Amino acid sequence: MLKGYLARKWTNLIGNGLALLCVIAAIIPLGAMLFYVLQQGGSSLDLNFFTQLPKPEGETGGGMAGDILGTLLLIGLASCIGLPIGILGGIYLARSSNLGFSRMVRFVTDVIAGTPSIVAGVVAYALVVIPTGTFSAKAGAVALGILMFPTVTRATEETIKLVPPSIREAALALGVPEWKAMVRVILPAATNGIVTAIMLGIARVAGETAPLYLTVLGSSTFPNTLNGPIGALPVEIWHYAQSPYPDLHRQAWAGAFVLFSIIVILNLAARVLTFRLSNRVSAG
Amino acid sequence: MGEAVKSDEVSAWYSKKLAVRDVSLEMKPNKVTALIGPSGCGKSTFIRCINRMHEVIPGARVGGDMWVGERNVYDRGIDPVKVRAQIGMVFQRPNPFPTMSIYDNVAAGPRLNGRVKKKVDLDALVETSLRRGALWDEVKDRLKEPATGLSGGQQQRLCIARALAMEPGVILLDEPTSALDPIASYKIEELLSDLKDEYTVVIVTHNMQQAARVADFTAFMLAGDDYVGELIEYGETSQIFNTPKDKRTEDYITGRFG
Amino acid sequence: METERIDAAPAPEDRADLDPAERGDSPIEAAALTGITVTPGLRPLAAPEHREAVARERRAEARPARREPRPPASGSGLGDRLFDTVTAAFAGLILVILAGLLLILVLQAREAIQHFGLGFLTGQTWDVNTNLFGAAPAIEGTLYTSLLALLLATPVGLMVSMFLTEMAPRSIRASLGFVVELLAAVPSIVYGLWALIVLVPLVRDYIQPPLLDHFGATPFFSGYPLGLGVFTAALILSIMILPTVASISRDVMLAVPNSQRDAMLALGATRWETTWKAVIPYARSGIVGAVVLALGRAVGETMAVQMVIGNTYAANWSVFNTGTTLPATIVTQFPEATTPLHEASLIELALILMVVTLILNAVARLLVWRMTTKAVA
Repeated sequence: MLKGYLARKWTNLIGNGLALLCVIAAIIPLGAMLFYVLQQGGSSLDLNFFTQLPKPEGETGGGMAGDILGTLLLIGLASCIGLPIGILGGIYLARSSNLGFSRMVRFVTDVIAGTPSIVAGVVAYALVVIPTGTFSAKAGAVALGILMFPTVTRATEETIKLVPPSIREAALALGVPEWKAMVRVILPAATNGIVTAIMLGIARVAGETAPLYLTVLGSSTFPNTLNGPIGALPVEIWHYAQSPYPDLHRQAWAGAFVLFSIIVILNLAARVLTFRLSNRVSAG
Repeated sequence: MGEAVKSDEVSAWYSKKLAVRDVSLEMKPNKVTALIGPSGCGKSTFIRCINRMHEVIPGARVGGDMWVGERNVYDRGIDPVKVRAQIGMVFQRPNPFPTMSIYDNVAAGPRLNGRVKKKVDLDALVETSLRRGALWDEVKDRLKEPATGLSGGQQQRLCIARALAMEPGVILLDEPTSALDPIASYKIEELLSDLKDEYTVVIVTHNMQQAARVADFTAFMLAGDDYVGELIEYGETSQIFNTPKDKRTEDYITGRFG
Repeated sequence: METERIDAAPAPEDRADLDPAERGDSPIEAAALTGITVTPGLRPLAAPEHREAVARERRAEARPARREPRPPASGSGLGDRLFDTVTAAFAGLILVILAGLLLILVLQAREAIQHFGLGFLTGQTWDVNTNLFGAAPAIEGTLYTSLLALLLATPVGLMVSMFLTEMAPRSIRASLGFVVELLAAVPSIVYGLWALIVLVPLVRDYIQPPLLDHFGATPFFSGYPLGLGVFTAALILSIMILPTVASISRDVMLAVPNSQRDAMLALGATRWETTWKAVIPYARSGIVGAVVLALGRAVGETMAVQMVIGNTYAANWSVFNTGTTLPATIVTQFPEATTPLHEASLIELALILMVVTLILNAVARLLVWRMTTKAVA
């Protein structure tokens, strides 16, 4: 029996070692990527990047100012589509049990969440670019809105469900109608969570490239119209990555650094808020 | 100021399942009535039928009539929301609104109902309610602080003050001290004796000693083998505890079950 | 005995069937009013016959209530009904959106669907000049790269999730888990940029030559080491989907009740054995769901793949060759689509992609749902 026991002990040790090895094997490429992004990107950031428009190929000193503004514009517009669907849909789901209609909605939300972003781009192209005859920020907003709302819906539903039911009871017992209880008492209690949901939604679409390439195409000017092509940060990174010029590569890294930072900051902030939310609501 | 409450063959269902059967009970104005009975006897369900909170649960239904003052709150055309605005309720676990200050919690009812508009009136109402809830002296200097910073007993008194701010005719308390320590419980029991001067008080409690201490009248409920709760006996507290008429009441009181 | 009515005086005959010893007042002290002392056993218990009678009474068929339940309050005010309608409408909009996605794709691709029919799925050529389009190389490329990526990512990802749930010290579990989720959120373009500039030369110079030396005879590793190609694409793809596999598997394994682990441990199993014999079997369907979800993600990945796969419209077994996938083809050619048939064909590629991902996601969600609800029940 001692042999069997020893063999099992060794298996355990080797197994644990194997798992640790895999973690390290996973960390290495991801760590390398992070390192490159931070090092190359960080060192490439300069004031020009944030203030200058792209210069003709070969010249240095250009920046992605227009693309950064374009991305901000697109996020704002996409939120006009994605947030109402996400938040109101999430409120509905939070209040309903798992019956036919709401079950279907939850399921479909998850399915749409897994839709490839390029498909959203193609659909937005068909919906907006074809009828209007031009690439535009509106089309980009539609594509991003479709990609944004499932994240917001699920996060909103979960955060509302976290508010203890005793709060709703207390409000109802005071003679407040259901809808007012939701809007004036429960949602304020879930504010942190809803802000989190919004941030996660934005983080989801901020880095999308393919759907934007199909809908806003890209531009080297500041965004000045909703009805024509505009620049976007991820698309510009893609263009520069494929060019032969080292300066453009440098700018591409800078762009990647900015994108990466936005994503990290949003996700971190969402985490912190969620942590604070659960502490606040359950205290006392 | 307190209104009389009279239930007339009130029954309550959870979807198809009958939970409480034919409870006819009179809760006299400006008196404290206690509902006692073992767990699952339907006393919480019944008390929620008084202010139409039972039907908030999906599929829940009520039968029979419930008279509060001169009105049957279950009449057609009566808005349950309005009923709840005129009857105050305090729950087992203190549930102040976590994102609001002490002041805002007490003011929540009148504000959300649009009853009181002017700040000066609201200030007065909050102070009166907190005084009546025996909490004013402890919080008067920190009204803007979050309500969650109070102790459990203070939070419960805050919830009482919040209910009082609506100036109801009846106050319902569903096991208000079961989550509190003995000292906090005692403070609330003292408060209840004062409250009956202005309000009709109905309290559910699983603590018989508490009922004996605070209640003028006591009603004993029990669920049979079919798990449906019924009213077994009702009368003045002293009578119920000293000379119960029903064998089951006596068994419960002497601790043979429950 | 009847339930007491408040207005009825207790009738003496109500107590007729009581044991004689119990008729009369109970000896509970009046002083007990202020501090009732419940003293069980103070009184003699009722005679057995009496208790039986009471029990019989109670066991009588569940009597219905005397009054019918009232219908639910139709007086949910105007505010409530409006609010419910609006939120329900937006929820319903979600269903409409899915239907719309499919409908629009089918509509816009109809020219290609009508023109090529089912042959589109098997056609090997993609010629803009002759207007002949076939999806087979793209489909095959998608399947090949995604499955290869899955092959690499699944074992490693599973090990990572195992580490996260079972073996990592508690203090770092939360932060490590957060890092994994964060990596799943990094945009494709960032992965692609790094892959193009760093990974491709690395693969070309250090990884492909030795593979070529040793396995060049096999169909999998024939050809020239270019760096660009299916190999690198599968590699970056596996790096990208690894966090997905790891974090969903972790969620699924966390949902396994501790009682399962405790039972195994109590039998004297090692941690490793517990994980493999108790946790993983229990979480099996959820883990499969995680893998299927990761596959869905791999299939839909566009940018990172497009940047390193070389974008040649062909498919073959050698991983050193360049190739393409469905999304890569679409994004490369779309804005410059020349003829309507060209555009429709690209959209049909998107339709195929959508249907495949839809099925994969539906299956995955069902598996994960089933597992997490089973664990809760």
